Amino acid sequence: MSSAISAVPPGGAGAGRARRSKRVLPGFGLTLGYTLFYLSIIVLVPMSALLFKTFTLTWDQFWVAVSAPRVLASYRLTFGASLIAALVNLVFGLLIAWVLVRYSFPGKKIVDALVDLPFALPTAVAGISLTALLAGNGWLGQYLEPLGIQLAFKPAGVVIALIFIGLPFVVRTVQPVLEDTEKELEEAATSLGATRWQTFTRVILPSITPALMTGFAMAFARAIGEYGSVIFIAGNMPMVSEITPLIIIGKLEQYDYAGATAVAVVMLVISFVLLLVINALQAWQRRNAGAPA
Amino acid sequence: MSSTATSPAKRRAQSGTTEAPWVRWTLLGIALVFLALFLVLPLAAVFVEAFSKGVDAYFASLRDPDAWSAIQLTLITALISVPLNLVFGVAAAWAIAKYEFKGKAFLTTLVDLPFSVSPVVAGLMYVLVFGANGWFGPWLQANDIKIIFAVPGIVLATVFVTFPFIARELIPLMQAQGNDEEQAAIVLGATGWQTFWKVTLPNIKWGLLYGVILCNARAMGEFGAVSVVSGHIRGQTNTIPLHVEILYNEYQSAAAFAAASLLALLALVTLAIKSIAEWQSERERKAAANLPPERPTPLPGPR
Repeated sequence: MSSAISAVPPGGAGAGRARRSKRVLPGFGLTLGYTLFYLSIIVLVPMSALLFKTFTLTWDQFWVAVSAPRVLASYRLTFGASLIAALVNLVFGLLIAWVLVRYSFPGKKIVDALVDLPFALPTAVAGISLTALLAGNGWLGQYLEPLGIQLAFKPAGVVIALIFIGLPFVVRTVQPVLEDTEKELEEAATSLGATRWQTFTRVILPSITPALMTGFAMAFARAIGEYGSVIFIAGNMPMVSEITPLIIIGKLEQYDYAGATAVAVVMLVISFVLLLVINALQAWQRRNAGAPA
Repeated sequence: MSSTATSPAKRRAQSGTTEAPWVRWTLLGIALVFLALFLVLPLAAVFVEAFSKGVDAYFASLRDPDAWSAIQLTLITALISVPLNLVFGVAAAWAIAKYEFKGKAFLTTLVDLPFSVSPVVAGLMYVLVFGANGWFGPWLQANDIKIIFAVPGIVLATVFVTFPFIARELIPLMQAQGNDEEQAAIVLGATGWQTFWKVTLPNIKWGLLYGVILCNARAMGEFGAVSVVSGHIRGQTNTIPLHVEILYNEYQSAAAFAAASLLALLALVTLAIKSIAEWQSERERKAAANLPPERPTPLPGPR
């Protein structure tokens, strides 16, 4: 991979000459310089402001801010709901990717395009729309509520919003890998006497596991930070249905910048960790794809 | 994908690479019902609710001065932030995809970072830099410049959350294409800019278009980050998503959904352009694959 990218001209060049001509393409200094400059002012400087603000707190202040019962309850909801939503997306994302890759049916192209809707539809729109559907007088809510199933303004509503937000991640990471799997392996498995289910669990599933895990981690990471779609449907009751980003907003509205920053740093650290996990999973996926079948 | 020759043995083997019909129909059915419930129904609900008080009320709510100023602010925000991230995305993709240097993997991770930061946290960061108590707060106040609770803050927050979109789309694309064509152009005497405009850009145009429209959709629809820095001043610092929230919280459901329907329409247009770009690039790829393979030829070719 990396050797294919480097710009060494083929054939004949000595070591010294290769080193010089490695930069045949102009613009390295300009593009890298601009990238670093823009990255610094948009991302790094604001992020360091957050960290510096945290260092103005004493450890006790920090700890009280991030471990208050109401904040702890919000972590439980945010992580619990994100985990459930990502698991649902794992199962249905795989199913949808499978159906889109392996079967043909009328309208498949439209369905395929529609899968990206949660990427394109603003989260606030998704939020009010899901709420309108699931509220007691909504299209779905009016049938569910008599059965004793109340989804809107409950933690369950948070899960539903997060399923919507995370849906494309698993589908879009698994789909290309599933397209590249070699049918010959499945044929071999079948001709050796495996049932279809055995072929799926022992041949197909191992080859798409890295992609599945990547998609799962992306959906989970996105769900943890999500705000717009959730706040409309959650009901936002302290201790019950209040997500962590809303805690930050609440503290900001009371001009408690220190408290907001402390909770934000906790979320930022979690985002960092998840980003590293996703990177590791993607590296695994690339190795898996590059390995000889 | 599909093989041309179907020998009897091949056909027999193929029964082992698909499921029994009832399994296929069941899986397809579950997938479509799930998509209908989670994607189609919410989308349909937006438009039905928007017109629930009739077509006249729909257009009246969009002609409202506050709605109109929210539309304008949203357009301005996208018009500034998308080009900024476009220039950055192309520059970053060029640096990362075309050269080898130390710390490249780390730089790529940093470019991805805004994707995993919660929008609310992103908004808070800008408040801490530019807000009244922030790093530059006193200086900005002394010079009578407003960033937080004003349009510049909204633009900055939008730039942050849409930061990686175009770079993320271009980096793998340019890496896959390699440097051969650009090097040929340079060796033949083209300048760097000529090489970019005439060689690289035609190769990446569909990926670039895809990145730009996704970036634009997110820029126009961003809610969390913008809500932190906007201050919610009606007619001044409200974007369409914030306008939707205000109306919704005031129980003006039909008007909220009318404004939301504009964003839903934007999402549909985005998906349509994205699909066309994908089909088009797929077709070009197939056409390129059908060309005869390059081989050493005694004739002096164009390359």
